[in-house]
Parts: sequence; C-alpha cells; structure tokens
Amino acid sequence: MSKIHVTTVVNGDAVEFLADPRETLLDCLRDRLGLTGSKEGCGTGDCGACSVRLDGTLVCSCLVLGVEAEGKQIETIEGMADGATLHPLQRKFIEHAALQCGFCTPGILVAAKALLERNPDPTEEEVRFWLAGNLCRCTGYDKIIRAVLDAAAEMRQEAA
Amino acid sequence: MAKDEFREFKLVGTRPDRPDGLDKVTGRARYGADISAPGMLWGAVVRSPHAHARIVSIDPSKALALDGVKAVVTRADFPEGLTGEDWNLQENTIAGERALYDGHAVAAVAATSKLLAEEAARLIAVEYEVLPHVIDVDDAIKPDAPVIRAGAADASVPEGMPPNVVRYMDFGRGDVEAGFAEADLVMERSYKTEATHQGYIEPHACLGQLGADGKGEMWVCTQGQWYIRKMCTAVLGLDASQLRVTPSEIGGGFGGKTTIFMEPLSLALSRKAGGKPVKIVMSRSEVLRATGPTASASMDVKIGLKKDGTITAARAEFRMQGGAFPGAPVDMALYCCFAPYNLTNVAHVGYDVLANRPKCAAYRAPGSPMGAFAVESLLDEMCRALKIDPLQMRLKNAVKEGDKSSYGPRFGSIGLIETLEATQAHPNLSIKLGPNQGRGIAAGYWFNHNGETSVSLAISEDGTAQVSVGTPDIGGSRASIALMTAETLGIGYEDVRVNVVETGALGVNEPTHGSRATFASGKAAVIAAGHAIKEMCRRAATEWGIEPEAVEWVNGAAQPAGPNAGKHPPMTIAEIAGKMGQTGGPISGHHESVPEGVGASFGCHVVDVEVDPETGRTTILRYLVVQDAGRAIHPAYVEGQYQGGAAQGIGWALNEAYIYDDKGRLANPVFLDYRIPVASDLPMIDTVIVEVPNPGHPYGVRGVGETGITPPLPAIANAIEDAVGVRMAHLPMSPATVLAALKARG
Amino acid sequence: MRYHTPSTFRDAAQIAAGASGVTRFLAGGTDVLVQLRAGAVIPDDLIDLKKIAGVYDIARTGDGGWRIGIAVPGIALGAHEALRAEWPGVVEGMELVGSTQVQGRATLTGNLCNGSPAADSVPGLVAAGASVEVTGPDGQRTVAVQDIPSGPGKTSLKPGELISAILLPARGDHAGDAYLRFIPRSEMDIAVVGCAVSLRLDGDTVTEARVALGAVAPVVKLVPAAAQAIVGTALDDAALDKLAAAASAACAPIDDKRGTIAFRTEVAGVLAKRAAKIAYSRAKGDRA
Repeated sequence: MSKIHVTTVVNGDAVEFLADPRETLLDCLRDRLGLTGSKEGCGTGDCGACSVRLDGTLVCSCLVLGVEAEGKQIETIEGMADGATLHPLQRKFIEHAALQCGFCTPGILVAAKALLERNPDPTEEEVRFWLAGNLCRCTGYDKIIRAVLDAAAEMRQEAA
Repeated sequence: MAKDEFREFKLVGTRPDRPDGLDKVTGRARYGADISAPGMLWGAVVRSPHAHARIVSIDPSKALALDGVKAVVTRADFPEGLTGEDWNLQENTIAGERALYDGHAVAAVAATSKLLAEEAARLIAVEYEVLPHVIDVDDAIKPDAPVIRAGAADASVPEGMPPNVVRYMDFGRGDVEAGFAEADLVMERSYKTEATHQGYIEPHACLGQLGADGKGEMWVCTQGQWYIRKMCTAVLGLDASQLRVTPSEIGGGFGGKTTIFMEPLSLALSRKAGGKPVKIVMSRSEVLRATGPTASASMDVKIGLKKDGTITAARAEFRMQGGAFPGAPVDMALYCCFAPYNLTNVAHVGYDVLANRPKCAAYRAPGSPMGAFAVESLLDEMCRALKIDPLQMRLKNAVKEGDKSSYGPRFGSIGLIETLEATQAHPNLSIKLGPNQGRGIAAGYWFNHNGETSVSLAISEDGTAQVSVGTPDIGGSRASIALMTAETLGIGYEDVRVNVVETGALGVNEPTHGSRATFASGKAAVIAAGHAIKEMCRRAATEWGIEPEAVEWVNGAAQPAGPNAGKHPPMTIAEIAGKMGQTGGPISGHHESVPEGVGASFGCHVVDVEVDPETGRTTILRYLVVQDAGRAIHPAYVEGQYQGGAAQGIGWALNEAYIYDDKGRLANPVFLDYRIPVASDLPMIDTVIVEVPNPGHPYGVRGVGETGITPPLPAIANAIEDAVGVRMAHLPMSPATVLAALKARG
Repeated sequence: MRYHTPSTFRDAAQIAAGASGVTRFLAGGTDVLVQLRAGAVIPDDLIDLKKIAGVYDIARTGDGGWRIGIAVPGIALGAHEALRAEWPGVVEGMELVGSTQVQGRATLTGNLCNGSPAADSVPGLVAAGASVEVTGPDGQRTVAVQDIPSGPGKTSLKPGELISAILLPARGDHAGDAYLRFIPRSEMDIAVVGCAVSLRLDGDTVTEARVALGAVAPVVKLVPAAAQAIVGTALDDAALDKLAAAASAACAPIDDKRGTIAFRTEVAGVLAKRAAKIAYSRAKGDRA
C-alpha cells in the first residue's frame, strides 16, 4: 500500500510524515513523530488516553486517520507546558497527587485544558461529565476532579 | 520496635510532590509501548476464536510469503518437558495440542511494521476441531462437564471428585454444628460473583531481543522484572541470568502484571528473526480476552448469631474457576472471609475448578472481595433479622492483637477495633437518607506480604543519596521510599533519588504485589541507609580519632555521642561524602531479605446509595473508606489507594463482568461493554486513615493497596437492601438484575 | 486501502459506484476507524467526505427548517443555540453519543448510517420527522430518516448512494421534543433502551405527537400507538400509563450483553413517560 505524504503542525512546529492511510493519527504521532505522550488504552475511543486537540477540538487521536491531519493544527500533551513552565493543571495534578500510574494523565490533562478554555468555572458535575471519556483505573477520580477545580480557581484568579 | 521510637517525624507523613510527577504530567514518562529500537520488528499474535478446540494444523505459508515478514513461531519453537507451573505458563503463552479459551495464543508473527504484522497474523491459517466447552463454575464442577485437562488435579483432591476440580481444601477448628446449635439465628445463603478484570489502562507491551547465544534483553511494563525474567527463561529454557529485564513505567497493574503473557513470544520471534528486537503491544480486546482476569465464584455461607450479636459458628464453602489452569484464589478467599471475626467454631471448604477461560492472575487482594461479598452480605442480612446494629455486631466480634485468626495464625498488632470506632465516629453515618436511599456497611481484610527484597543505596560525592529498588512504582512508592530514606539519613526529600532498576542491577526482588513495595523495599532502604550511616559515623570517628561507638548520627551529620567523646563540631553528610575517596572509598549500604514483620490491614466502608425503583439503577451518593495504614508515609498516596480500591470495588459490584456467548466467546472485550466506572459515576470518596503502627516496620508501615477493594461489594449490596428491600446475591448488581429482583418481590 | 477526498457528493457517489471491493464513507469516523482498527472491516476504498464544501454547515432552509451538513460533529450541533432551542431532543440525542472527545468527531449522519438500532441520535430524528437528502450516481432523492436503517448494521441506501444532508422540518409553535436513554453507567455506554418524544400543544392539550424507540427492535421504531395514547390529552397520569403500555407493547427486543428483553420492554415505558413529560414542559416554553 502506498503511503501518503502529510504536512501538518504539531504543538506549533511544522512537521511532515508519510502515513499509510490505515494508520491513525495516534499511530503517526507515536511511531512517525516520536511523540509518545499520547497513549493508546483502547483504540476504540472509549478511554481518552490518546486525547489531543485537532484545530482546537478535543478528539481521540485513535479515531482520526493520520492522513486527516493534513493542513491541521494539532496540540498534544508535549505542547502543554510553556517551556519549563508547567500549565497550572499540570502543577495541580502533581500537588494533589491526582495521578498514580500516570498513564491516563496526559489525556486527562489535554481534555481538562479544553474544558477550562470553554468553561473557566465548571462545577464538580461538569468536570465529571466532561472527563467521562477519560478512564482512570487508579484514583477513583477524586483527586483528579479536585486538581481540575483547583487549577480552574487559580487560573480565574490569575485572569482577574 | 518500642513505641517511644515513634517520634515526631520531619518528613514521614508529609505530602511532597512525587519525584516522577514532572515526567508524568508532561508525557515524557516512558511506558511499555513508548520505546523503539534500531532494526525493530513488530509482533502480532494469532489467537483462538474458540473456547475449546483441538489445533489440527497451522499453516503460516501465506504470511511468510509477504515481503517484510521475518518469523512465525508456534509451540514447536518452545522446549518440551516442562512441568508444574512452568508448563502452565508455557501452555498459556502458546497453545499446544488444544486451544483452551477464546483468545488463547496459537501462533505469533514478526514483521517490519505493525500493520504488516497484523496482516500476516490474519493470513496464518489455523484449522481447529471445536470441542465442547464449559464456562460457568457451577457447570464446570459437574461430574459430566467437558474435561479441560485430565491429570491436572494435585494431591489435595480426594478420589472421586469431578474431573475439573484441581485443588481441594478443608480446614477449620472447633465444632460448627455445636456452634450453630447455640445460636439464636442460623442462616445459610448462596452467592455468586462474575470474573472481572484489573482494567489497567495501559495494555501489555514489551520489546524483547534474544540472540542465538541465549543472551537477551527485554523492556516491558510489569509489576516485577524478576518474575518476567524467571518465567520467560523457564518457558524458553534459558538461563535466568542471561536475560536482562528493564521495567518501563507501568500504566497500572493491580496484580495483572505480575506474570507473563506475550513476553516469551517476543523473545522467541526475536531469536528466530536473527536477534532483531521485536515489539508486541496488545490491543484492549487482547488484554480482556487473553490476560489474567480474576476468578468467578460460587459460594455457600452459613452463620450462627446470638441476639447479643455474638457469632457462634461460621462455615464457608467456595467454588472458584480461575480459567483453564489451577490457581483460582479460593484459598485466599477462605482465609480472608472470616478474618475480621474472633471465632471459636469455623469451617472452610474450597474447590479450585478448571473452565475454558483465560488463566486468572492476581487482582488486588485476590479472593478476598468474593469471600467478603458472601460473608458480609449474610451478616448484614442476619443483623437486620435480629435488629442488631451491624457496626456494633462487628465491634463485638472484632479480632484484636493475640487472637487466633479464623485461618489459624495469631494476629500481631492490628487495628480493626480502631478502624470500626473511627467509622462509628464519622459524620457520614448521621446523614439522614431520603426515599429509595440506603446505607451499607462492610468490613474487609488483607494479609499484606513481604517477599524477596533487595535494595541498594549509595551516597553520592555531594552528600545526596540514590536508592535502587526492584519494585516498580505503580502509585507513588518512589515518593514514600524517598521520604523514609531521607528521614533516616537526616537529609532533604529532594536529596534522595529512588530508581527502579533492571534485573542486572540488583539481587532478586518479588514484584510490587501484596501491598509490599512501601513495606518491604521501604524497610530494606531504611536498613541500607542505616549501614551507610554506620559507615559515615566510622569515618568521622577515624578523623576525630575516637571510637566509632562514640559517634551518633543526628540531623544528617555525625556528632560526638556525648561529652566524653570530645568536642568536635558535627560533620555533615556532604562533608563526609565529599572526601569519601580519601577516607576509604564509596559509601553505600544494601539489604537483602524477606523482611519480617508484615502487618495486616483491616478496613471498613460505608456507602450511601439511591436506587431508581423504575429502572433498577443504583447511584452512589456518598462513600467512606476507613482503613488502618499502620503509618501513612505519604498520606495523599495512601488516600489514593483507598479511593482507587473503592472505585474498583464499586465497578465490580455494579457493572463489571466477563460476559460469554453460548459458544464460550467473550462478548464484551472492549471498554464500551466492559464497563469500569467513569468520572461521572462516582462521588468524591471520603477517607479516614487510621494509624495503628506496625511494630514490624521502622516507620510503622502496614501496606495499604489491597484491603480497599474488599468491602465495596457487600457494602453496596447491603445498601441496596437498605434502600429498596431486595437482597442481591449475584454480582454484578446491574440495573436489569435489581429491577428483576424488585419485580419479583412485587 | 485507497483513501479518497472528493470535492463533491456527486464525485463521492461515482467513486463508490465504481468501486468493486469494500467501500466506506468517512464522516466523523468514530465507527469506521474502530472497525478498521479491530480488523473487522478493512475497506478497499475509504472516501473522506470532509473536503466537500458545506459539510460543516448548519443552515436555515426556505421552509423554516434546518439543513445539517454531514460532517457537523456533536459538539458543533450542541453549540448551535437556535437549533438547540427548536429541537432540543434531537440535539441531546446526538450529544449522548460517546465522550466529549467522540463529540468532537461523531456526526448525525454517521450515527444513522452505522445502522445500529441503539443509535442515540436516531430516535430524536425520527420523532422530529426528519429526512435526509441522498445523493447517488444518478442524482438526488429525499428519504425519511426512519426508512434509512433496514436492520442492525444495514441501511436502505443503494450501492453508490450516500447521505448528503440531514433535513429537519420547521418546528412551529407550542412544540417540544426530548430524548432519554437508559445506560448502566452515567456516560459512555450504548443505549440499552432509548426513547424520543416530539409533540405539539394547543393550550394544555397535545395535538400532535411522534414517539420513537431505540434498541428495542432491529431498527429504530416509530410507534404511532404510543403517540395516539397522548394525543388529545393533557398528559395526565392515565395518558402517561397508556403511553408507557403502548411503548412497551411495541418492543421486540433481544437479550444481549447490554440488557434483557424484560428490562428493555419495561424501561421503554418508563422512558417514554419521562421523555413525554420533558417534551411537554418544553412545549410549554420551559427551556430546560
């Protein structure tokens, strides 16, 4: 099967790769571009560990073909910190012990960031339903939800 | 250790950022599938679509004809003559004459890309002769059930047992019949639980390399790199020391990553492909079909209770299937089920039964949740019948230090009474409930475990310390081990780096299992730090010209132990380390043992639910975990263990189950239908950390990982009865089953 | 697998008509990619429709209805205030499909063409009286939504045909709709039962109604008897009981890993009542 040349922008950097049309965006990020921060937990869109932003929209990168990335803007966990400065969500996740194994963490952080951009002051229930597609098996979600709410509070204060 | 040594701590009990936090929030942490190697091939596995079938033939010719396909392996590529558990592991790695369950590996292929390997796997033609199968444990134990493997029973099984019974146990004490005769109420009930999966989000992944010289390497997500080494080399007939196994970061395990699945296949493929490294990453459906879920259980329990709440006698008979191999945790279930209670008359009977399902692996307190579901459900029903407060009943019968446990050994220091008292005092218990709402209480137990442990510690030239441990960090053990090491050395938490190392860097370690990492690796690290301290005191003594015994270690420095030792300013760890080259060379410590002094952990959970009487749906309104930690080294990660255990138990209670179709194929091998709790299913999970220090650990640690999954199953069943008056005796308590029970009651 | 990006529906139809092997259209991709990844369906030709002009548009039609592009994801549908105000039941059905992430991709058209009897967005469309514009190699036709699914995983579309737009009728006054489904968890499951109700009032009295059920038959089912149970009533308890009985009576479900016949039949009635109450209060002007 012949491969297709794809030019796209990942975390602000122009990149190109050759993709088999059967490969998912997740495969291409991980195996073509070496961006292994996005994880595959299910390959069916049920766990959210592969969450990325595609032209700003939160998606499962396992449900996007690599060739669909042509001409798009992609944001992954690797682009979340500003250089050495962590995003408040990243800091709060460490502070609140909101990760145990850490495997679901990149996807949850990417998803939570998308939530807070849309809704800077979510309720606990809104956070829970927004993150319902991000499975975590270690924490029981308690500390994750607290970390997101605390990061939101801090970001509102900074914005004010 | 005397109680007065539990002094005020500087670090133990604080909540610093975990050392691996930055890597894990930036995507930099490297898990099983995150590593590639030059010249790497990808592997894919051909799996049986049948629950039970004779393998007539395997024809790989079409796969091998594809450009880029480098090797195909079948059972013929593995050595013969293995026995016991080694044979079981080999047979489970790759089927021999018969495929024993849906998903059983039959062949594997390596190719130059993942897509090509998958395509090649589809082209390997396997001819099967389908055989009768059996799935349910109560069917599998019937005398005329399809025989999974003749001759698999061990010596414990008496003559005349049904053919799939492979282990039998029968133990207890006292006279249960006499005990039942003394009771005011005797009840006997039957319960069932379905198989569930650990459900770690990271699928199994490994990158294996093996040369014709028998030397190999492996990168793998595992709870135990030495177990991977031991098991892979046994299955492949290699020398253990020739395989170097490096653990990746691990994306959850819960017991399921303490054994091997496709790891030997990657090594066999690599060897056949001329030593090229071979990466295999399981799909989610492979994880659910072909790794190690827990057992399913069918259980009968009989208890005698007096009106004053005294348990007069108890009997349990448990049947469990753990797949097509021996090893269902029926023994553990029996040991744990009555463990909270001080019993004079108690009897246990257990059957380990084969069925056409994947080989079970450990899952968080293996066996204990099923046993607790049966026993704690029945006790609750009996408390209702006699109008006894269930918490008071548990307090009345609770075991304490020195009591003989239901399964034999005497308990050392334990904290069940303190746990129950803390539960009683919690404000959640006085919250008023509304219509269709109910409250359930249950206790739970896990032994905790020590296991083979090796740790080494080295002081660096600048006075910081590195600790090498063999227990992969699943939920913050680097942080807890760093805290204990730093506390012992008297240096900062940030001055200690804890590394989880490969098999070539340490002596043997058991995996991170049995809630042992913080207990065992932690204890060994503290002892190793003690060795280093002794050496640093010796060096200071030499410099001061005094006896080593006259030097003590205080706040990270050597100082004269008293006025008789002379006047010398303290010599800090950095000063001593800075000149180690001139004073005798490297300063280090190490410790190898099976650490004594394991402390058991009891817990008590209280759950409030609401049941929709029109749909049978149960909503968790509020959840409380109270558990004895011994001492919480990093309380945030202790709370995390309590919350995570509760969440898994809630999933098991309400929605999770292995569902098989009539052909014995797993019908729900995806997260869409294997329904683990999502964020919107759960409330915040309240925790109370009870601290009855374990005298067998320098900082009082018990181990906290497992007990928390045990009480949720019965606690939720008890809450559902409290809410709507139906007693659910078969998990999961899904909406359909609860609604059916409500309808049946009328 | 060949990957195509046609720029018109006519081109897409012609590629499909000329293909000899397995063909799949790619709108949101949330079903196609899952099947591809699992090796269940590996198309020979994959026709990506997202480069066709207008596929992301939601536009008012001349008759006061709506034309929804085939690549409009759930998240965009939910963000469209005017559409949500008029057809909240249609929008909430779509929004129940999968996670936030899936909402970023999944589409009404894909959910319909996947042919699942449990598709969450389909009962709402059927109750709404929606139709689809179908483009084939020989031109276009309009088909009622309830006539598209023909069995589990099957549609009535002919080879080479594809849906080129979803068409919602004008809502009109004093009307409301609602969709409810039952799932074991609070999110992320496939409907065990789904029910949509769309109705119109004159004062307190229901004058028109359509009731559609999901996951209780091989295809999403329009249930006229359930609608008749509430037309002419003010949705009093007796009418609601008749509605529930009619909904349950219309069920012909199966036992499977997601639910039992008894449960689906019973809960179809429960959901019908609950959805009707919501639709009624929306018709009364309640925006919730």
